[in-house]
Amino acid sequence: MPEATFLDANELVLNMGPQHPSTHGVLRVVLKLDGEKILGAECVIGYLHRGVEKIGENRTYQMFAPYVDRMDYVAAVSNALGYCLAVEKLLGVEAPPRAQAVRVILTELNRIASHLLWLGTHALDIGAITPLFYVMREREDILNIYEKYCGARLTTHAFRIGGLQYEVYEGMERDVKAFCKKFLPRVDEYEELLTENRIWKDRLINVGILNAEDCKAYGVTGPLLRAAGVKWDIRKAHPYSGYEKYDFEIPTRENGDTYDRYIVRIQEMRQSVRIIEQAVEGIPEGPIMAKVGKVIKPPVGEAYVSIEAPKGELGYFIVSDGSTQPYRLRVRPPSFVNLQALDKMSRGSLVADIVAIIGTIDIVLGEVDR
Amino acid sequence: MKSLLRKIFLVDLIEGLWVTFRSQHPKNIVTEQYPAERPRIAERYRGAPRLNVHPETKETLCIACNLCALACPEHLIVVTSERNEQTRRKELTTFTYDISRCMFCGLCEDACPTDALELSQDFELAAFTREGAIWDRQMLEEGPVPTRYRY
Repeated sequence: MPEATFLDANELVLNMGPQHPSTHGVLRVVLKLDGEKILGAECVIGYLHRGVEKIGENRTYQMFAPYVDRMDYVAAVSNALGYCLAVEKLLGVEAPPRAQAVRVILTELNRIASHLLWLGTHALDIGAITPLFYVMREREDILNIYEKYCGARLTTHAFRIGGLQYEVYEGMERDVKAFCKKFLPRVDEYEELLTENRIWKDRLINVGILNAEDCKAYGVTGPLLRAAGVKWDIRKAHPYSGYEKYDFEIPTRENGDTYDRYIVRIQEMRQSVRIIEQAVEGIPEGPIMAKVGKVIKPPVGEAYVSIEAPKGELGYFIVSDGSTQPYRLRVRPPSFVNLQALDKMSRGSLVADIVAIIGTIDIVLGEVDR
Repeated sequence: MKSLLRKIFLVDLIEGLWVTFRSQHPKNIVTEQYPAERPRIAERYRGAPRLNVHPETKETLCIACNLCALACPEHLIVVTSERNEQTRRKELTTFTYDISRCMFCGLCEDACPTDALELSQDFELAAFTREGAIWDRQMLEEGPVPTRYRY
């Protein structure tokens, strides 16, 4: 990228953010423009940095669990699941079958909630204000289930190392089934609003193309990778928490543009409903907590566990030195890695498209900056 | 040809608008009129902390074991106690809970052996000063008094 000078009339440097409504938080993007065309986009991050990894090194294993919810706060349950699985791997224990089934139900509900919020804000960025209100209505049902199950709506702290803290509340199966039944027609409703809408199609098709090679080169995972035609889903590739028992498909598309990512996420919501329906049918009886002591002291060693979070591959790498606190805790957040591809995706497109492209990556700045 | 006709008569846009009109039926309105209408809080909700007293004797259930303060990730609970010379038991003197730093994770509640400390269903925690968010033993035992609005 050539250096812009003061008198260079061809190139304009424009700061977008950090206080911009469509950067989904405090993301600053330095855009190099030639008229309306984007020559390059540089992300400046760190406005929301809280040093979560360092906090993890100064807390015991149980104490750190509420903090992971605050990274990707839209999908707090997925974060908690990844962290709990990583510590369980270090300890060499596995959650009982009943706990695993409940974990699957809650994480899949969380995937729906995360995708719903993405759909609403993404459509809002592009100019369709209506879907936002409808997705919030459905998300409210999911959050109500969380509130009844674990007592919090957003930063849930639903799982504990070794299983669950709370037993399934009375009527949870009924609530979840009712939600699933109600939700599928609602997805049709969103599709009625958007999928064939001309403005929506004109704004999204062939915008922000990222092909499979680039996705792999950048380490991009999740719906972005699947929209480029790669059938990669950790739930199928390395099943965890009993995902191998459930029958579901990995939706993929070919073009890898913004419209395809929209379709992939919509299909994923339908698949999540499928998984929830199977899981809620047969929640096995039994204990909800594995045999884990009150003081968690994993043996010396290290463990890496990655799960399929709504935004992509979420990994936790923990090094234990045998004490009650992790020696090193590293998080591989999907949003952070996916955001790298912004420059590649936005090059050559118009300024108005950058809003659609940032929206389609589905970033949460709490997770990007940690 | 069919797609051209759809474009001319704006069929897709009208289909979308139909969804909007369908949702405007009064039966489909879900907005909660918050201060006028109180929300239904779940039983397990983790809200304002409460220090429970025995329902009959009004003595505190807290045995000043300090487990909640040790379990708290933010170290915001301070428990002080003194030993009663006659019964040889620890007795609670002060209990301070800083809700401005609390993230309502529920670890203190889980750690409590006597169910004295509890996160209750109260959720209106606003205070005029930062000091107002630091709750002492009296505040924890009596609980906040929410304002009821009339319209």
